Parts: sequence; C-alpha cells; structure tokens
Amino acid sequence: MKILVALKRVVDYNVRIQVKPDGSGVAVEGAKMSINPFDEIALEEALRLKEADKAEEVIVVSIGPEAAQQQLRTGLAMGADRAILVQSDEAVSPLHAARILHTLVQAEQPGLVLLGKQAIDDDSNQTGQMLAALWGRPQATFASKVALEGETATVTREVDAGLETIAVDLPAVITSDLRLNEPRFVKLPDIMKAKRKPLDIRPLEELGVTPPPACQIVRWRAPEPRQAGHKVETVDELLTALKERGVL
Amino acid sequence: MRCLIIAEHDGQNLNTATARAVAAASQLGVEAIDVAVLAHGGQALAEQAAILEGVSQVLLLDREENAHPLAAVLAPQIAALAEGYSHLFMPSTTFGKDVLPRVAALMGLPQISDLMTVKGPHHFERPVYAGNAIIELQCPPEQPVLATVRTASFKPVGTGDAAPIETRALEIDLPGHTRFVALEADAGDRPDLQSAERVVSGGRGLGSEENFRLVEQLADKLHAAVGASRAAVDAGYAPNDLQVGQTGKIIAPELYIALGISGAIQHLTGIKDAGTIVAINKDPDAPIFEVADLGLVGDLFEIVPQLLEKLD
Ligand SMILES: Cc1cc2nc3c(=O)[nH]c(=O)nc-3n(C[C@H](O)[C@H](O)[C@H](O)COP(=O)(O)OP(=O)(O)OC[C@H]3O[C@@H](n4cnc5c(N)ncnc54)[C@H](O)[C@@H]3O)c2cc1C
Repeated sequence: MKILVALKRVVDYNVRIQVKPDGSGVAVEGAKMSINPFDEIALEEALRLKEADKAEEVIVVSIGPEAAQQQLRTGLAMGADRAILVQSDEAVSPLHAARILHTLVQAEQPGLVLLGKQAIDDDSNQTGQMLAALWGRPQATFASKVALEGETATVTREVDAGLETIAVDLPAVITSDLRLNEPRFVKLPDIMKAKRKPLDIRPLEELGVTPPPACQIVRWRAPEPRQAGHKVETVDELLTALKERGVL
Repeated sequence: MRCLIIAEHDGQNLNTATARAVAAASQLGVEAIDVAVLAHGGQALAEQAAILEGVSQVLLLDREENAHPLAAVLAPQIAALAEGYSHLFMPSTTFGKDVLPRVAALMGLPQISDLMTVKGPHHFERPVYAGNAIIELQCPPEQPVLATVRTASFKPVGTGDAAPIETRALEIDLPGHTRFVALEADAGDRPDLQSAERVVSGGRGLGSEENFRLVEQLADKLHAAVGASRAAVDAGYAPNDLQVGQTGKIIAPELYIALGISGAIQHLTGIKDAGTIVAINKDPDAPIFEVADLGLVGDLFEIVPQLLEKLD
C-alpha cells in the first residue's frame, strides 16, 4: 500500500505575525518557513505505518512555490520515499488544493492519504474533508490514534465531547491532531541521503485543474488588542477587584 | 435569501453552538432562517430547535443512519437539503469543521471557516494565523455562502414561539464505509466548557494530574467549567476535550482564571473574547500578564488554597 502525505510550507509557528499597515497582508517576507506542524505529524504517522510493514511507500506532496522543495526535502530526510511538488506561486484555496490532490490520488492510487487537520496560516481545516468528498471515500479527521487492520482503519478522534472512535474502510483520508505522535528529528546523514531521493516538479497549469469560485480577501487587519489590566498584590485585593467588576 | 443551519446535538439535547449560529444568521438580513436536525429519534431535538428565536422552520431528517454524526453519512443529505438556500451555516465546532467542508466539496463551493463578523450577506470577517490577523472577505453574490460560525463571536439567541416542524425523507443512498464505534465522553456534572460563564484553567505549572485537582476544586467553588492548556493535556493532567486554544476550544466566558499557564499565542487565541481574564503565575514576565485584566504573581500552590478558603 502507498501512503500519500500532503505537506504545506507555512510561516513557522514561532514567528510573530504582524499585519502590514496598508492592510494588504501580513509582513512575513524573510520569515522562517517550516512544514505545517500538523502535516509533520501526519508524515510521522505514515512513516511509522511503513516501519510497521503496513505500507510499502510514502509519498510526500506539496502545493506551493519553488521554495517548498525545502519542506519536501525535509520530508524525504524524515523518511519519505519520494516527493511531488505541484508548483504554484499563488496560494490555492482549500477546495482547489483538494482538487489538485484528487488528481494525484487518481494517478497514484494510495490506500491512505494523511494530512494535517489544519494549516497554521489560514487555519481553514478543510482540505482533507474536501479531498475525501471528491474521492468518495471515508474521512477520519482530528486523529489522535490510528490502527490499521487489513482493509480497515480504526481511528480515535479528538472531538468536543471527548474521544470518538470510528472505523473506516480503506482507501481513506485521515487528518492528524497534535497528540497523534511526536515527529522525529532529522539527522544529518538522512539529509544527505534525501538529496538523492526523487522530487518531481509539476507546474500547476499542467494538471488541468480548474480553480473553483472563491471569496476575495479585500482587507487584512490586526485583531483588536486586549488592554493589559493591572497586577494585584494579594488574594484579598484580587477578590475585591473581582467583586467590583461584578464577576463574583 | 434564506439561510439553512445544521443543528448540533448529542442525541438528547441541542447544544448552544446552534443558537449561536442562528444569531450569526440573524445578522444576514435573510427572509428565513431554517434549522435542519439530522438525528435518529429526533422529535424532541426538533422541538428544541423550533423555539429558537428567529427560526422560521425546522426540517427533521429522522433516520437510523443519523444516530451518530458521521460526516460521510450526513454530508450528502445536507448537500441535498441546501438546495435553494443562499446560506448554509454550521457551528465551528469539531462537528461543523468535520462535516461542512465535505458538503462544500460535494456542492463544488468554497467554504468560510470561523466566520466572526457579518458585515453584509456576502461580506464577512474571519481570523487567520491563530487570530493574529483578521481577513475581510467578499463572496460572489450569485453563489451560496457556506460557513462555519466562530461560536465565541455570537451570543446565543433566546427562545420564543415554536416554529413549524416539517419531517423530510430524502431518497439518498448513504455510504457504509464509515462506522461509529464508541464515544468516550467525560460524564462529569461540571458546566460545559464552551458555554460556561466562568472557566478555571490549569497549565503545565500544576505539575501533575494529582495537583490538577486544585483547578477542579476552584472551578467547583465558582460553579465554573474546567479548562487546560495544551501542555497540561499532553502531560495527561486533563482530558483532550478541556483544551483551550487554537487547536482546542475557543471560548468567551465572563470570567477566565488561568493557573500556571504561560500565555502562548496558541492558548490566547482561545480566550480573546473572555470578559475578565485573571492570571496567577509565578513568573512576572509571563506573556499571560499582557492580556490579563487582573494578574497575581506568585506560587499557585499558595494562592489557590487561600482563594478556596476565602471563597467559603
Ligand atoms: C500548532 C500548535 C497548536 C497549538 N495549540 C494550542 C492550543 O490549542 N492550546 C494551548 O494551550 N496550547 C497550544 N499550543 C502549545 C503552546 O504553544 C504552548 O506550548 C502551551 O500553551 C503551553 O502550555 P502552558 O502555558 O501550560 O505551559 P508553559 O508554557 O510551560 O507554562 C507554564 C507556566 O506555569 C508557570 N508556573 C509553573 N509553576 C508555577 C507555580 N507553582 N505557580 C504559578 N505558576 C507556575 C510558569 O511560570 C509558566 O508560565 C499549540 C502549539 C502549536 C505548535
């Protein structure tokens, strides 16, 4: 079985995001870029399944600019077998991304597609679900545990009520939550080895996927700041202040 | 223009996220707001939806397959129901986030996640980058708007006269490739984290599962819900459904008390809309103090027992 893992290149989660004064976007030029943390977890899970002999090949895919090769190389260094970059300088919407992934899925015929539950830039949390719909296959989102047995995956999902377990027939789409695993660190020899692994670059235009109609971003703004209050010295002062505010 | 809202429930009760989605829909200026209840044995649920203020009609899809909220099963039914509506809303809970993108892809439409402001029927705002930026969106008026509603941004509507309930039967084959196995839910009798007026949260500073009891004791004294940081959940002090933040729950209680939580941006995203934020932390430079209305620097293991005593 093949496993396809989608990796998005995003601004690293430690970078402080600031909106440009003219409202045209966020000032992230030159910022540190990384694999979306949820996608890294998805890849780790795929690698563990391969190491447990549940899969033969792990393919990492990214849709993004030329520079997203860096994130794919990191994925290869972690242990993926080969990589595909669908090159696009424009950001794609989740539905567009799902359509692109769907064409790759039709070509590669994986038994499992693993993605992060959301990307930490647009926070959409849509692509995996959309891919599953287009593919007509099951989805198991927000996974914190995955067990493969024959043609079925049993997945524990982090939901608002607690932990939900569902069983899905393969092929299926699984999206990872933070507690699924802790991704490995890449070692220097693996980085060297990754340089020789295949990385196939395909311009988005060549895929023949039409972009769906989308909403336009007309303006970016910073969130309303919360005013810092003041510090109190004692528990009594705290209780008095809470009573004055009418919350006790 | 008409808006359809998919109700969220646990089989017994509608949750407040539905009433919050109705509140968002009420700002659209649509002629009708309908609520669809997909359930098994859902008459009582439909009755709860019917009395929500502003609801014109309730559509009940009662079917055995709808006993558990499986996206692959619900999505084709919702896509069929949505025919003729200008707007389709679901709450931005794990339920809505799981189901609506699947519906959107079936309909070939984009989806807005975490809609936080309604500026017009096709004009909205939503947060990105863990709430560090807000984008204003203009959607094409000729196509339906699909959105999950950021529940902390809207106060739930009240109740009033009952709207009519219509039972619908859809001739759709539903997939059998996805099966519910089990739900492990915390059956505690504390207030629900997402709708509680007061929340007491604990972080890594609690140090152990045993010490986390202190958070629960303070919460119980205040009739508050219990929350946790990711670090506290990862360390096993608290179950996952108590996590507050970018990847946990986004909440807006009147009072939020953070014990031993540093205030990482991903955590703060979850509490931006809280009324009063209180931080108790031994590090005077902890970022939580930058957003706290009231801060108390000190050891929580000394402060919380004092609080418990004085609240008696
Ligand atoms: C993609 C991504 C998503 C994330 N999503 C979330 C999320 O949804 N929610 C979330 O919370 N985090 C999230 N995080 C994690 C986040 O970045 C922080 O790591 C986490 O919030 C830290 O939790 P904490 O404040 O409990 O722990 P720490 O940062 O370790 O802080 C512990 C605090 O306790 C204080 N303390 C220790 N002992 C005492 C004492 N005796 N008395 C008083 N104070 C004491 C310390 O001074 C310190 O400030 C996410 C991270 C990533 C990368």
